[in-house]
Amino acid sequence: MSTAPNKPSQAKQTQQGFVYLPLIAGWLIPGAGHFVLGKWIRGAILAVCIIAMFILGLAMQGKLYTSAQDILDMLGVAGDLGSGLLYFISRIMGLGGEPVRTTVADYGTKFIVVAGLLNIIAAVDAHNLRTGRKAS
Amino acid sequence: MIHPSHFTAVLLFALFASTVFGITMRDTPRRMFRYGAYCFILFIGSTIVLSWVMFLIAR
Repeated sequence: MSTAPNKPSQAKQTQQGFVYLPLIAGWLIPGAGHFVLGKWIRGAILAVCIIAMFILGLAMQGKLYTSAQDILDMLGVAGDLGSGLLYFISRIMGLGGEPVRTTVADYGTKFIVVAGLLNIIAAVDAHNLRTGRKAS
Repeated sequence: MIHPSHFTAVLLFALFASTVFGITMRDTPRRMFRYGAYCFILFIGSTIVLSWVMFLIAR
């Protein structure tokens, strides 16, 4: 009989800790989910893309959805909320509050919504990496 | 405040969206780059084609 102690497998090591941490961190701060997992370059690229898209949207005088009066507004709020802290900080700073008057401002609104949706995709990707559903 | 042209806005949108798609939908860096480039080309190509279609319809 072998008396050597069993080494914990790599899979068990990766399953330790709070499984949803990359998902929540990635939602709150773009790229943070990948940073938690040590994927620094991927996290940095995702952060740059999502934050740049959000800021460009605001710079184009895009609107932040604040109330859900009809179904389209509800979808807009859901998309905007995907940006996590970026959305709440922008609301606190009073950004994106002006009504859309130009075509470019409408593009800006779409930039903000899509930045939130892309952030959700990135956070779910970090969660899949954490759980092992995605290989690497 | 910035006021990019419509095509510049499309380029920026396609660049950022394709990069996120590439990183999140593929496993290896090489496949990520290829898928990102594929999405970018599809974004820009479909925009140009649809723009011409709308231009011809409007005439």
